[in-house]
Amino acid sequence: MNAQLNDAELAESAKATEAAPATTRRDAASIAALHDAEAADVHVSVDDVDLAAELTGADASTTASPDVAEYAMRLGDDALILSQRLGWWISRAPELEEDMALANIALDLLGHARSLLHYAGTATGRSEDDLAYWRDEHEFRCAWLFEQPNGDFAHTIARGLIAAIYMQELYTALSASTDASLAAIAAKSVKEVAYHRDHAVQWTLRLAGGTEESRARMLVALTDTWPYIDELFRDDELHERLGDVAPLPSSLRAGFDEVWSAVLAEAEIAERDYVNPKVGHSSGGGRFGNHSTHLGPILAEMQVLARRHPGATW
Amino acid sequence: MTLTAPDASALHPDGDDVAELQARFDAIIEADQRIEPRDWMPEAYRKTLIRQISQHAHSEIIGMQPEGNWISRAPSLKRKAILMAKVQDEAGHGLYLYSAAQTLGISRDEMTEQLITSRARYSSIFNYPTPTWADMGAIGWLVDGAAICNQVPLCRASYGPYGRAMVRICKEESFHQRQGFEILLELSQGTPEQHEMAQDAVNRWYWPSLMMFGPPDDESPNSAQSMAWKIKRFSNDELRQRFVGMLVPQAEVLGLTLPDPNLRWNEETGQWDMSEIDWTEFHEVLAGRGPANAQRIQHRRDAHEQGAWVREAAAAYAEKQAARERQAA
Ligand SMILES: [Fe+2]
Ligand SMILES: [Fe+2]
Repeated sequence: MNAQLNDAELAESAKATEAAPATTRRDAASIAALHDAEAADVHVSVDDVDLAAELTGADASTTASPDVAEYAMRLGDDALILSQRLGWWISRAPELEEDMALANIALDLLGHARSLLHYAGTATGRSEDDLAYWRDEHEFRCAWLFEQPNGDFAHTIARGLIAAIYMQELYTALSASTDASLAAIAAKSVKEVAYHRDHAVQWTLRLAGGTEESRARMLVALTDTWPYIDELFRDDELHERLGDVAPLPSSLRAGFDEVWSAVLAEAEIAERDYVNPKVGHSSGGGRFGNHSTHLGPILAEMQVLARRHPGATW
Repeated sequence: MTLTAPDASALHPDGDDVAELQARFDAIIEADQRIEPRDWMPEAYRKTLIRQISQHAHSEIIGMQPEGNWISRAPSLKRKAILMAKVQDEAGHGLYLYSAAQTLGISRDEMTEQLITSRARYSSIFNYPTPTWADMGAIGWLVDGAAICNQVPLCRASYGPYGRAMVRICKEESFHQRQGFEILLELSQGTPEQHEMAQDAVNRWYWPSLMMFGPPDDESPNSAQSMAWKIKRFSNDELRQRFVGMLVPQAEVLGLTLPDPNLRWNEETGQWDMSEIDWTEFHEVLAGRGPANAQRIQHRRDAHEQGAWVREAAAAYAEKQAARERQAA
């Protein structure tokens, strides 16, 4: 080997503009593993995710009915707003590994949101971006849980734990939907949500069983977040009309409670440790466009640039 | 290929042993083979590498901020996903480089401490602000682009873990550059306002990206030794020339102008003629003047300090688990 500038290598990098585009995702564990191979040549593998292919169920010929679109919008908005919240942590997490883990979760959720909103938009000829950037607050259908602030790390974990247990129950059931697009999106999402749940469970155990301070913070976070659980499991007329297309939210509650209780039991947290009887369940009317005070500012930030340039593409 | 692992006495040699070890080290370098963590190496080589790799890692981590700034406002969901993945990649690069530096006997805590107490350097390019969305394009195209030109030769750096880290990182940087190019192309071909946004960002990032290659060769104090050790393989000016040569045709495709009226290919010298770089600005930025430097460090320090209780909790929990397992065993 000589020390000439390797033209082939440089040309390859210069050719970046012709190479296949992709985003790359990976986790801290795979990075650590790379260094395990001490002197051996490391096999480089980059987990490429083609973004276009992330639009699960994006079959141009399938058009959602108005009811299915409304339902997909609820789920899509949940995922979108939670992703928007989690994105804040990137560069601010307690350790680099968490910057990466939270970014992974945010990316997964954004992928789910895009698939769901794309599908929802087919009913009215709107794109995922039309729905994300050009609807006003009262047109959003997310539940209040997903709008809650990041708070400290414990609040983010408490919110994430509830969200992931709920989503896993939901997507598992929805995988059997009679609507092929929803079933496909759910089947893909449920695998990723399983990782989110595991992440939240591990941190719940660590914070609850770590130091005195972390346990106290975890309990405060549970107290603050617990009131938003109920809204997720409320049935309404839409669900009745959808029949076998979607599970009744109330039918998911038993599964949720089972996992929730098991996690808290392992964390040695009793209900009286975090449930404040003076605070009832949130009245959360997100499914009908009545939102917590948090959603307005979230949307203002998310939509500001797109709305400055009507009709532009990016 | 590497040397066989030295025995314990070789790690703490004295007298004649050093001369022999030095000779073996020199032979490895001469033969273009890799030095591995367990090989003997001169102290100055080790120190140079620690400085270079940790600075590189810090740059990746600080580099998350100017782009992280736009994640919440990305103008389409697709762009949001790409940007989020990009910033996540940079975290991965930082992590990966920190662990390469750790193989040289410095801990991550030490390196973090150096960064948040402003005792370590990072690439000053990240002290520039990102006022518009087009900056996401210009950073990808120009900053990641310059990083690639700097880093592709580092894939063959003589220190094994560093070279291997760079192979992986360069792969991802080339995605980043492509994505930046795409952002600029879309803007350039968009509305007049979008086009102007793109040109403005290129105007602001072009010169700083050329400065990323460092001072001219005759003023670069550390370069010669690094080149002899084959940590660095090409001079600052050589790489800068390559980079400009790469940009010119791409700028044409973009329909954007590189902000240097004197930029042209010189048949005689076989080089790009260009305007003189304003090195006073470079030295200003390098010295960390201006508010952005303090802001970037503050951001990092805040994250570190506010996360302390979380890291402590994780450590305490792990300890309790280990104790439980010991008891059970
Ligand atoms: Fe990077
Ligand atoms: Fe990059």
